[in-house]
Amino acid sequence: MNLDFTPEEQAFRDEVRAFIAENHPKHLEGMGNREDMSSEDMTAWHKILGKKGWSAPAWPVEYGGTGWTPTQRYIWSEENARVGTFMPLPFGVSMVGPVIYTFGNDEQKAKHLPGILSGDVWWCQGYSEPGAGSDLASLKTTAVRATDSEGDHYIINGQKTWTTLAQHADWGFFLCRTDPDAAKPQEGISFILIDMKSPGVEVKPIKLLDGGYEVNETWLTDVRVPVENLVGAENQGWTYAKFLLAHERSGIAGVARSKRGVEKLREIAANETIDGDPLIDDFDFARKVSQLEIDLTALEITELRTLANEQAGKGPGPESSILKIKGTEIQQRLTELTLEAVGNYGTPYYGSIAKDTGSNEYPIGPDYAAHSASTYFNMRKTSIYGGSNEIQRNIISKMILGL
Amino acid sequence: MDFNFTEEQDMVRDGLSRMVREQYDWETRRKAIESEAGWSPEIWSQLAELGILGMPFSEDVGGFGGGAMDAMVVMEEFGKGLVIEPFVPTVVCAGGFLKHGGSDAQKQEHISAIIGGERVFAFAYAEPKGRYNYADLQTTAKKDGGGYTLNGHKAVVIGAPWASHLIVTARTSGERRDQDGVSVFIVEKATDGVVTRDYETVDGRRASEVYFENVSIPSDALIGEEGAALPLIEQVADEAIAAQCAEACGAMKVAHSMTVEYSRQRKQFGVPIGSFQVLQHRMVDMYTAYETSLSLTYLATLKLDAPERERKRHVSAAKVGVGQAARLIGQEAVQIHGGNGVTDEYAIGHYFKRLTIFESEFGNVDHHMKRHISLA
Ligand SMILES: Cc1cc2nc3c(=O)[nH]c(=O)nc-3n(C[C@H](O)[C@H](O)[C@H](O)COP(=O)(O)OP(=O)(O)OC[C@H]3O[C@@H](n4cnc5c(N)ncnc54)[C@H](O)[C@@H]3O)c2cc1C
Repeated sequence: MNLDFTPEEQAFRDEVRAFIAENHPKHLEGMGNREDMSSEDMTAWHKILGKKGWSAPAWPVEYGGTGWTPTQRYIWSEENARVGTFMPLPFGVSMVGPVIYTFGNDEQKAKHLPGILSGDVWWCQGYSEPGAGSDLASLKTTAVRATDSEGDHYIINGQKTWTTLAQHADWGFFLCRTDPDAAKPQEGISFILIDMKSPGVEVKPIKLLDGGYEVNETWLTDVRVPVENLVGAENQGWTYAKFLLAHERSGIAGVARSKRGVEKLREIAANETIDGDPLIDDFDFARKVSQLEIDLTALEITELRTLANEQAGKGPGPESSILKIKGTEIQQRLTELTLEAVGNYGTPYYGSIAKDTGSNEYPIGPDYAAHSASTYFNMRKTSIYGGSNEIQRNIISKMILGL
Repeated sequence: MDFNFTEEQDMVRDGLSRMVREQYDWETRRKAIESEAGWSPEIWSQLAELGILGMPFSEDVGGFGGGAMDAMVVMEEFGKGLVIEPFVPTVVCAGGFLKHGGSDAQKQEHISAIIGGERVFAFAYAEPKGRYNYADLQTTAKKDGGGYTLNGHKAVVIGAPWASHLIVTARTSGERRDQDGVSVFIVEKATDGVVTRDYETVDGRRASEVYFENVSIPSDALIGEEGAALPLIEQVADEAIAAQCAEACGAMKVAHSMTVEYSRQRKQFGVPIGSFQVLQHRMVDMYTAYETSLSLTYLATLKLDAPERERKRHVSAAKVGVGQAARLIGQEAVQIHGGNGVTDEYAIGHYFKRLTIFESEFGNVDHHMKRHISLA
């Protein structure tokens, strides 16, 4: 066992570091707060990476992947986190892309993979429904096959919800019920790609507790979708969805970003004072930061072990649930400690300040305090989405412990 | 030993509870928050009419002869409805300074106006670099002829946009963080040189950064003795903490029962999610945290008139216990609500936000743990 980088890996690190330094738009450095970002900002880095051929490192080379080893991919996320780049959104690259190249047909691959890689086509995920969250298989949106003069279609009706950034999406991948009479609810579901500009698709924003708009209700009313948009076999959508969920989970740990977050937290705590001394020298606070760092190190090595397994052709399996649970708990604790660190300046609602005055004459607290409360509030989502942390624990107890 | 409330306290609780339910419903609250003013002066007048603003003042100054226990009852009900109106800054803080340190003339001048709802106060004590130390002051008040000249910057002054008057802590002598040399003043907000920058807070209130630029104030603006105000400030802040712990208890009670109710209604996998034992135990832990918080709050409230050291220890104990419970209950309530818990539409997120900010007001858990240790 040896966890050091080889000379080749060090050279690789220098190469990607130089590439990022030269190509990442300066005004987007450290941008983590989606609310403040335009849709162009969110895809800017993705498009640059698309041109370079680096937007989907984990994909097989034949479909546009980079062929990097897990270690190289690790280096890649580390280097991105150092600068605070806004990485490609997961919906295309990490979710629907792998489903299409694994289960889709040649036409679908040719039609959709290039737009996913280049970042030109924005995807959203239409799984959850008001009544189908953790129990996704109970979803009710229906797709009924119909043939008319214009060919074979599905007519889709139902309501999806929590659709992240659907307000910007060009395409969505949806789970719909195609066989209402199947023996088990999981069996009658199909995986269907929908052009979000189709008549009958309506996206309504949902305001979240931090004041931002990142999720939507997506209403589907008699939406006509050509049968060519079915991925894989009809009624086999659940299999593909599960495959995808495992992919979603492993990316969700966010280790590199949290490491950068801990550094940032230390900087903040060095700047904040308690009775005239730096907060970071306060034992109570320093202890919590170290605890976080220790947990993060444990997670990092656990993720690397998972990646090594994956390279050996095993996984991602149920162990990725560990990464989801620990990764999100750490992300949340990071925002808790940041909020604690900024003291009284966690209280202002910075969203209102930008809106109302725009004056810089009297700043309201240090820059790093802005949005600390909103970010803390917002990050509560991470233990809810992507399969809630309770559901992840159920998976581990069932699949790993065999209980 | 007697844990019963007086008949009068029960009446106040019932009356307030009805008022909050009927006239402070969710839509009304939201409208007030989103309005230009950001609060409801009508509700404030009504609270005055009901005698709520006069509850903790003695009869000889026009009050109703109540005390901290009555303020606790009021704050619990306010917490249940997430009432944003400035009872703590005006009645508990300004009222407290006047009661414990004010001259007869100051009492005469301000207390009946507070009770009548005509005068609203904010308590300007925090500073950008002072964190939770009331003596860590860079704001100065210099003797100047017959009065003082005030200079400095107060941070996140809750309720300042609504206030006509400010209670301001400032250094009249000594070095930053010295225990001696701290004084308290009443300053009319409309005085020349008082500059404010107003904003919303994440928990639905309003606050300001307040700048004093060579503000001239008369000598009778001083409350109590010059340079010796720190014990008074700590006493009043402790009273505010006890009141806010009661508010947090009210908010936690509602957040908890909303969550239990939600878990009964929300079905997944064909059953109410409340039937999952992992969630049941967590709701039990929330409930336990609420009940023990209430106990610490009662005790702290009862000890507000105890000798200084005893008072401080019990108040810090409450702030630690209630602060921890506030975080637990807020986070778990959101989690058990699933996606709905992180929306603006569901009330639970607003309880979570208020409980979060409560944690840091007048010192967070770490701060009060240290104070508790230092008095062991
Ligand atoms: C910000 C955000 C973005 C999202 N983005 C998307 C998206 O782009 N596309 C999409 O399709 N979906 C998205 N989701 C939806 C997300 O996947 C669901 O919120 C999640 O699956 C939980 O479902 P729910 O909200 O209905 O909660 P519920 O399933 O109702 O769960 C409520 C509570 O019960 C618990 N619970 C449920 N079942 C069990 C059980 N068996 N044992 C123990 N506890 C249980 C849950 O863990 C949770 O705490 C998003 C959600 C959020 C909050």
